[in-house]
Amino acid sequence: MDKFGMHNQTEQLYARYEGTGNADTSRYEWLTNQHRDTLAHYVMDDSLAMFISIAEGNSVTRTKFNMLERMQQPCGPPPKTEDSK
Amino acid sequence: MDSDTRAQLEAERRKRQQLKAAAAEENSADNNTTQALGSNGKTAESSGDLSTLKYDTELYGSGDKYAGYDRSIEAGGGSSNDMAAVSVAKGRFGITAPREFIDELQTAERDADEDPFKEILRMRGINRVIADRESDYQKRRHARKLSDEHGGDGTGGSSYAERVRAVQLENEKAELLAKIKKAEASNKSSKQAGGSKWDVETPAHQAEPQTPQRRKRWDQTPADVHSAVAMTPQRRSRWDETPRVTGGAVAETPKRTRSRWDETPVMGKAAADFGATPAAIDYGATPVGKQIAAGMATPAAGQIGGALAQQQDSIVDARNQYQTDEELDALLPSEGYAVMEAPASYVAIRTPARKLTSTPAADSSGGAGFRMESEAEARAEMVEEVREVPGVGALPFFREEDMQVFGPLLDGQDEAALDAEARRERQALRLILKIKNGTQAQRKTAMRQLGARACELGPSAVLNPILGLLMAAGLEDQERHVLVKAADRALQRLGAQARPFVHRILVVVEPLLIDEDRHARAEAREVISNVSKAAGLAAMLAALRPDVDHADEYVRNTTARALAVVAVALGVAAALPFLRAVGRSRRAWQARQTGARAVRHTAELARAGVLPHLRGLVDCVGEGLGDEHQSVRSAAALALAALAEAAAPYGIEAFDSVLKPLWLGVRRQRGRGLAAFLKAVGFIVPLMDAEHAAHYAREALRVVVREFQSPDVHMRAVVLRVVQQCVATPGVPPSLVRDDVLPDFVRCFWARRAALDRRHARHVVDATVSLAAAGGGAPVVERLVAHLKDESAAHRAMAVDAVARTVAELGVADIDARLEELLMDGVLYAFQELPADAARSELDALGAVLRALGSRAAPYLQQIASALLWRLNNPSPAVRQQAAALVAHVAPVAHVSGGDGDDLLARIATVLFECLGEEFPDVLAALLTALRAIVDVIGLPAMQPPVADLLPRLAPILKNRHERVQEACIDLVGRIADRAADHVPAREWMRCCFSLLDLLRAHRKPVRRAAVATFGFIARAIGPQDVLATLLNNLRVQDRQNRVCTTVAIAIVAESCAPFTVLPALMNEYRVPELNVQNGVLKALSFLFEYIGDAARDYVDAVAPLLADALVDRDLVHRQQAASIMKHLALAVAGHGCDRPILHLLNHLWPNIFETSPHAICAVLEAIESCRVCLGPARILLYTLQGLFHPARAVRDVYWRIFNMSYVAAQPALVAFYPRIEDSAPNTYHRYELDYVL
Repeated sequence: MDKFGMHNQTEQLYARYEGTGNADTSRYEWLTNQHRDTLAHYVMDDSLAMFISIAEGNSVTRTKFNMLERMQQPCGPPPKTEDSK
Repeated sequence: MDSDTRAQLEAERRKRQQLKAAAAEENSADNNTTQALGSNGKTAESSGDLSTLKYDTELYGSGDKYAGYDRSIEAGGGSSNDMAAVSVAKGRFGITAPREFIDELQTAERDADEDPFKEILRMRGINRVIADRESDYQKRRHARKLSDEHGGDGTGGSSYAERVRAVQLENEKAELLAKIKKAEASNKSSKQAGGSKWDVETPAHQAEPQTPQRRKRWDQTPADVHSAVAMTPQRRSRWDETPRVTGGAVAETPKRTRSRWDETPVMGKAAADFGATPAAIDYGATPVGKQIAAGMATPAAGQIGGALAQQQDSIVDARNQYQTDEELDALLPSEGYAVMEAPASYVAIRTPARKLTSTPAADSSGGAGFRMESEAEARAEMVEEVREVPGVGALPFFREEDMQVFGPLLDGQDEAALDAEARRERQALRLILKIKNGTQAQRKTAMRQLGARACELGPSAVLNPILGLLMAAGLEDQERHVLVKAADRALQRLGAQARPFVHRILVVVEPLLIDEDRHARAEAREVISNVSKAAGLAAMLAALRPDVDHADEYVRNTTARALAVVAVALGVAAALPFLRAVGRSRRAWQARQTGARAVRHTAELARAGVLPHLRGLVDCVGEGLGDEHQSVRSAAALALAALAEAAAPYGIEAFDSVLKPLWLGVRRQRGRGLAAFLKAVGFIVPLMDAEHAAHYAREALRVVVREFQSPDVHMRAVVLRVVQQCVATPGVPPSLVRDDVLPDFVRCFWARRAALDRRHARHVVDATVSLAAAGGGAPVVERLVAHLKDESAAHRAMAVDAVARTVAELGVADIDARLEELLMDGVLYAFQELPADAARSELDALGAVLRALGSRAAPYLQQIASALLWRLNNPSPAVRQQAAALVAHVAPVAHVSGGDGDDLLARIATVLFECLGEEFPDVLAALLTALRAIVDVIGLPAMQPPVADLLPRLAPILKNRHERVQEACIDLVGRIADRAADHVPAREWMRCCFSLLDLLRAHRKPVRRAAVATFGFIARAIGPQDVLATLLNNLRVQDRQNRVCTTVAIAIVAESCAPFTVLPALMNEYRVPELNVQNGVLKALSFLFEYIGDAARDYVDAVAPLLADALVDRDLVHRQQAASIMKHLALAVAGHGCDRPILHLLNHLWPNIFETSPHAICAVLEAIESCRVCLGPARILLYTLQGLFHPARAVRDVYWRIFNMSYVAAQPALVAFYPRIEDSAPNTYHRYELDYVL
C-alpha cells in the first residue's frame, strides 16, 4: 500500500487517532480500543449513562466513574503471547 | 609634531587597520590604482611616505590638485551621519585615475544593471558573493573571530571566563583607541596648518571610510604593496588580480575570495620582478587560453602557452580545440582580411565543463628564485582540475577556496589507515562538500544523511567545517542557504551535544539577523531558536553574556537581536530575569543599551505574545529613560514604542510607571533623543482611555507640530507616524487639527522632494489621509488642489493619490462648488499631463476622484470625453491604453450623472469599436475592458454599436493569443451571451462556439473558466443540441487539455439546460468504441454530477447500468473515472433515498480497492468515503470486517486503511455496530452494557 507516497498526509492524520490501526494491529488492541470508544461514548452521553446506571442500580456518577476506571484495561491484561491475527 | 604623538598615531594606525580590515583593503585598492597607472608615461615620485604614489606629471601637472577637496577624511566613521559624507567623497577619485576608469567604476557602482555581464554572471551563479553587497556596517562581521582562534582546541572553544576577559581587553583597547583619536583630533588643527595629512601618512594606511555597496573588485587587492609593481592598464582592468608582492619576496597564496573574475589562476607564484613585464595574466574575459597566450607580445607568453597546451590536452579533445591566431594566420590570406573585434554583446560560452579549461594555470616557471612549494600551494594547483573528489563523485564545480576546507579529501591518503576520528571527519566533510557543491539530488541525500548521522559523526566533525565555510569571505547566497540549513538539521539532531559550539554558531549566524534578505533573517532566527532549544537557556545566556557590553556597536546590535530570538524561543518569562539584569546593568551603559534593544526586538518578534510579560519588560527598560547616556535613553524609548505597538490596544496599565519620564523627555529633549521619545508617546497614546488619550495627544501634537520643520529624516519619519496616531485618537477636536496641525503639515511635508523617496511619500500620503479623517476632507483637499497642477509628475501623482483616498473615504459632501471646480480642474490637468509610463494606481486614483464626485461630475463630462476621445487616437500606444483604462473608470460616473451621459458613452463606445483593429495587445485588452465597462452601465439593448454588429467583430479577436486580450474578450463575449444572446443570430453564436474551443486551451485558468461558462450561456440561448454536437465531436481530438475542458463545457451545458437534454446524447456517445471518447464521456459525467448536485437523484437509475459497466471495465482509467463519478453521485444523492442503486454500484466498486496506481486508488477510496456518507458507516464497516485480519498483509493493509477512514470520520456511529466477540482466556471482549434491558 502507498507505494507512491500519496497518502503520507492521511497517514499522519490517522496516526493522531489512537483507535486507528494498521496491518500489524492485534485483535487485543483493536478490541481494547473498541471498548474504550464504547465506554467513552457512554460517559459522554448522559441518557445512555442514566440508562446503564438504572440497569446496574448505581448512581449516574458512580457508573461514569466505574467506566472511566475500566477504560484503563477494558478487556483485561494484554495477552502474553498473543499472535497478531 | 613631537615623536610621542607620532608614535601614538602610528600605533593607533596599526590597530585601526587590524580592526577595520575591509577599510584598509579598499584603501589599498586605491593605492594600487595609482601604482598601476604609473607606467603610462613619465611618472613622478616624491620622497617620504608618498613614495608609493606615482602619477603622470604630463597629464596631471604638479600643481595642487587637491585644492577644493577635503584634506582629511574622518576615519572609521561608524554612525550613519558619516555615511552621507562618505558616499559623496569627492576626493576619492581626484587623485590619479584617468577619466575612463572613474566612469567605469561609477557606472558600475551606480547601477549594477548596466553591467553587461551581470545577466550572464547571474546565470552562471557567480556574482552572488554576499560580501560584495554588504554595507560597510555589515562588513564588520569579518572583524569577529570564531572562539577557537584563541585558545579552543577546536571542539570546545575557550572557557566562559576567558571569553569575558578577552571581551574586556577588547573593550579597553577600543576605549584607548577612542582616546587616542580624540588626541589626534585636537592635534589636527596644528597639523592642518603644517603639512597636509597626505604627507604624513601612507595613503595605503589611511583608514578611509568606505562607500557603502562597494564592489568586491577593489577589495581583493592585497593590503600591503610596497614594491613598485607597474602594470600596463588593460582595457577592462581587474585590479583584483594584481599579484600580491610583499617587499620583493614571493607572497604566500592569499586567502582569496571569489571575485567576478574567479576563473583567473591563483597568483601566488607570481614573480617579484613580474611587474617589469606586462602582466601575463588571463583576465578571464576571453575563453581561450591559447589565443591569449599566442596573441600576447610578452616573453611570458610561450611559457604559458606550453603549460596550457599540456593542461588542455588532458581536458579538451584535440579535435575540439580552438584554432590559435597562428593557425588562423596560416590558413587565411593576410590581405583583404581584418581582425574583427568581438561585439560588445558577445559573451563567451561558459558551461561549467569548459570553465576550468578556459583559464591557464599560473605560470609556475616564472619564479625568479628557488623556493619550497608548500603543500597547500600544491593542492591549490590541483584545484584547476578537481571535479571528482574521491568518495564524493563528480561535482558541478569545485573552487579554489574550497580547497582550504576540503583539501584533506584530496590528499589521497588511504582511509583504512586513518583512525576512527579522522575517518569520521572525512565522512562529514564529504557530506558537507556534497551539500555545498553538489547537484540537487546529491544535496538532498547528503542533507538527509547529515541529519541522520549527525550524532554518530560527532558535533565537531560536522559543525567545524560548516562554521568555517560560513565565515569564508567568498560565500554566496545559495551556499550560505544550504550551509545554514545543514547546520540547522545537524543541530536538531545534536541537541545538547551542540552546547560547546553555541558561541561560535552565534558569531556565524548573528550577522544574518541584520541581512537585507528577509529569508536570510528568518533562517537565522530559525537556527538560533533551534540552538536555544537544543542547548538550553543557560548555555545561550553564557554565550551571549560577554557580548552584551562589547565595545563594538555592531556586535552589540546583533547580540541584542539574538537575545530577542532566544527569549522568544524559550519563552519571554524565562529570559526576563536576564533581560532585566542586562537592562539595569550598573557597570556598562553598553549593556543597558543592549538590554533595551533586546526588549525592543523581543516585542517585534513576539507581537501580542508580550502581553503576559508586559509589566516585566517595561520594568527592564523603564529606568533607561533617565539614563545619562543618550543612546541608552533612545534605545529605551524605542523599546517602549515597540512594546506599546505590540501590545495595542491593551496593556496601558503596564506603562503607568514610564509615562511621566517619557512625558518629561518629550518636553525637554531635542534631536535624535526626542524622536525616540515622541515615537514612544505616539504608540502609547492609542492604548489610553479616551479622556487621557485626548489630553496627551493634544500635548504631543504641540511638540509634533514644532518638529514638522526638522530637517532630520529620521525625525520626519517618526513625526509622520506620531501625527497619524495622535489625530486618530478620539477626543482630539477637528478644529485643532484643521487650524493648528494641517497648515504646518502641508507646508512642511508637501514639498516636491517628498515624492522622491517612495516610502516617505507613502507615509506623507497616509498621514494626510488620517489628518483629513480627523479634521475633515474639504480643508485637506483645498490645500492639495494646487499640488494637483504641480510641474513634477511624481509630486502630482502623490497629490492625486492623497486627494483620491481622501474623497473616497470621506465623500465630497463638504466640498463646495468653488472647491469642486478647482478639484476638477486639477484632476483634469493631472489627467492631461499623465506621463506615458504612469502607474496603474494613478489612473485608479483619478477614477476614484470621479466616482466620489458621482453626479457632480456631470458638467465636466463633455470636457473629459473630448480629452478621452482625443487621446484614444493618440499615436502613442501607452496613451491610448491609459485613455481606454480611464474610460472604464468614467463609464459608471457618466451613467449616474444622467442627462446626455449615456449618449456620451455610446459615442465613446463607437470610437472604441472603431479602434478594435488595434495591434498592440495591451491596448486592445484595455479597449475591450472599456467596452465591457460601458456595456455594463448602459445595458446591452441600448448599446451602440448594436450587439449584433459588435459580436462578429469580437469573434476573430477570440483567436488572439495574448492572454489579456483573451481574458478581456471572453469576458465581453460571455456578458453578451449571458444578457443579450437573442440579439445575435444563432449562426453567429455557432461560429463563436468554434472560436471558443480554442480558448479551452488557454494558459490562464480564468480564461478557460470564462470560456466554459460562455458555452453554458450560448447553449441556453440557442438550445443545447448544436453546441453539444460540437462539443461531443471535440472529444475525439488528441489534445488532452482540450478534451478535459470540453468535458467541463459539456457539464456546464447540462447544468444550464437541465441534465435530461444532455444525458441521452452523452450516454449514447459512450457506445463509440474509442477510448478517448468513452473516457471523455465518463469525465463529463463526473463533472456533470458534481455541478448538478442533488438533482442527480432523478438520474441515478438511468446512469447506474453505464456506471456498473465502467466499474468492471478492463481499462484502469475507465474504472478510475467511474469511481470519481461514484464519488460525486453518492455525495449528491446522500439523504435522498437512493441507497439501493448506490449499494448496487458499491458492490461493483469494492473489488477495485486493490488498485495500486495512486490516482486510481485515490479515486476508489474517495468513492467509498462518499458511499459511507450516503449509506452510513455501518455498511462500510461490515464490508471492512471481512479483511481486517486477513492472512495476507496486502489485503489487511487496504482494509485497515478503509477502516481508519470510517473510524476517523464517524467513530461514534461505529460503536453500535462493532461485532460481538466471544471472551478468550484472561480477556473479556463482551460489551455487556449493550445487553441491558429495562
